[in-house]
Amino acid sequence: MSNSKMTRRTLIAGAAAAAGGAILGDLGDAAAQQKAAPPAAAPPPPVAPADPTKVPGGPTTPVGSRSPFVNPQRTPTGEITGTALTPIQDLSGTLTPADLHFTRIHAGIPTIDPAKHTLLIHGMVDRPIELSVADLKRFPAVTRMHFVECAGNGRSAYRTPKPQMTPQQIDGMISNSEWTGVPLSTIFREVGVNKDAKWFLAEGGDACLMARSVPVSKGNDDAIVAYAQNGEPIRPEQGFPLRLLLPGFEGNMNVKWLRRIKLGTDPFYTRWETSKYTDPLPDGKARWFSFEMDAKSIITSPAFPEKLTGAGWWPITGLAWSGRGRITRVDISVDGGKTWAEAELLSPLTAKTQVRFQYLWNWKGNEALIMSRAVDDQGYVQPTLAQLKAVRGPGTDYHFNSIRAWRVATDGTVTFEAAT
Amino acid sequence: MKARIALVAALALAACKIDARDDYLGDKDPKQFGIGHTATAAEIAAEDIDVTPDGKGLPPGSGTPEQGMGVYQQNCATCHGVNGEGKPPAYPQLIGGPKTFDFASDFKTPRTIGNYWPYATTLYDYIRRAMPLTAPGSLTPDQTYAVTAWLLYKEGLLPAGTSLDAKGLVAIQMPMRSHFVGDDRRGSTGGKNVR
Repeated sequence: MSNSKMTRRTLIAGAAAAAGGAILGDLGDAAAQQKAAPPAAAPPPPVAPADPTKVPGGPTTPVGSRSPFVNPQRTPTGEITGTALTPIQDLSGTLTPADLHFTRIHAGIPTIDPAKHTLLIHGMVDRPIELSVADLKRFPAVTRMHFVECAGNGRSAYRTPKPQMTPQQIDGMISNSEWTGVPLSTIFREVGVNKDAKWFLAEGGDACLMARSVPVSKGNDDAIVAYAQNGEPIRPEQGFPLRLLLPGFEGNMNVKWLRRIKLGTDPFYTRWETSKYTDPLPDGKARWFSFEMDAKSIITSPAFPEKLTGAGWWPITGLAWSGRGRITRVDISVDGGKTWAEAELLSPLTAKTQVRFQYLWNWKGNEALIMSRAVDDQGYVQPTLAQLKAVRGPGTDYHFNSIRAWRVATDGTVTFEAAT
Repeated sequence: MKARIALVAALALAACKIDARDDYLGDKDPKQFGIGHTATAAEIAAEDIDVTPDGKGLPPGSGTPEQGMGVYQQNCATCHGVNGEGKPPAYPQLIGGPKTFDFASDFKTPRTIGNYWPYATTLYDYIRRAMPLTAPGSLTPDQTYAVTAWLLYKEGLLPAGTSLDAKGLVAIQMPMRSHFVGDDRRGSTGGKNVR
């Protein structure tokens, strides 16, 4: 059903493009190919009329699409246990378009009929209940902006950095959305969670039945059972029809395709909180249940593969976020961390949300090492790579939040500088 | 008199308004809404598949490493290799990692069942949930016990010929359990005080 709908939409979009084809030349074809072709295949360059004010434009369409001159792409690995990273260098502001939200999947993206999907809440509760998606939408909703970041975001930059890494390749497993859903606390009240219940298992309805243990206190704090993202039903890759949203907690715990919540006294010790998503430390230990994503920032421009075309004013801009609260400050250095100046923060400073920063740099044409440093309302300062490696070791895993730097050469080329 | 009538009318109206309304006024006025239906025992049983270290959730059944080897070769070896060596990073190595807990010094050191996993019961839980990748949920309880037994045997944690069942699985002490510690990052000010 959804497949045939998709085909019909694509056809309509194609037909609409074809109708405007006389005016747009091969632009319509380019747009159609952009939708259908695998991301590796570069579409032919779009052609615009010499003077768009002298020819009528195209008709309206049922579903909008990007300008054919704009072609942001994720980086799908093509496997059902793979990833697709958000092109953070192509975005402005703080909201990630839903179709560019990063994806990490462990057993493929399931196709779920929302009319058949249910959410079971049971275990240590007074009244176990089963909710349909329609049932869930009858509860009072909340709408909040929050980021989701994979716990492994930044792993390649930490372990195997290369000068030719883009912001997407370094930190593309971060996205920020407006989520709408029901506070988990409302549902907990509905079922009557027992006093002794300290943990709950959140389980997804994908082919690996992804399951993570979460403290009940988080459920009563700011957790949401979300059904909408950026104004529309959550996309299949993000958990359609329901996902758990645990603001600030590592991405994997924000269980997609949520089908079951079970209350208990202890963690459930699933594979994803023991074998994976635990952080080896140099003292022969491994940290587990390390939920919160530490404060972090990255300059998304200037960044590889950009080239500054000459000395003068250049905006240094990027994103900052903290899993523990609000970003209160982002500092910028243009001299490799010797001196710092405060950047301007462009968006509302709400908790566990991405913020966009900006700093106007008057580049003199010298070689420079530029970097950003986030500070949150807990007083946490984003560490350097050396500081992080000293306490976690080079072989640690997850929670890679060190300062990122870009080297600007005298010819304006920009490359990633791993050591900070 | 007029004022009194107006007052009475206003009070009546107010009372009427309160009486007629039983709406939700936000979290200051918490409510149970009675939405959804009470889950039946059958509905719960159909999805209640988690297995915890105390053995809760383990079904009846058993299997030996010898039986498990056949199950493994038929269902698991394509991705994880005939000896559990894996095809990283997509298909992790399962067995044969070095028996030292020194992963922080080199990310290439494989984390396998015997040198990392804190609970043996998690094997059963995970295999039942998610494996084999192309046909999850297709193994019987006996097959799941058997393949779990083979993996534990290969890691030197179960003697050959042992029939592994729920009781036996719970009794297995994983060697690296004591290496796991809670999250102490909260309260850190980051920077040189990062944890």
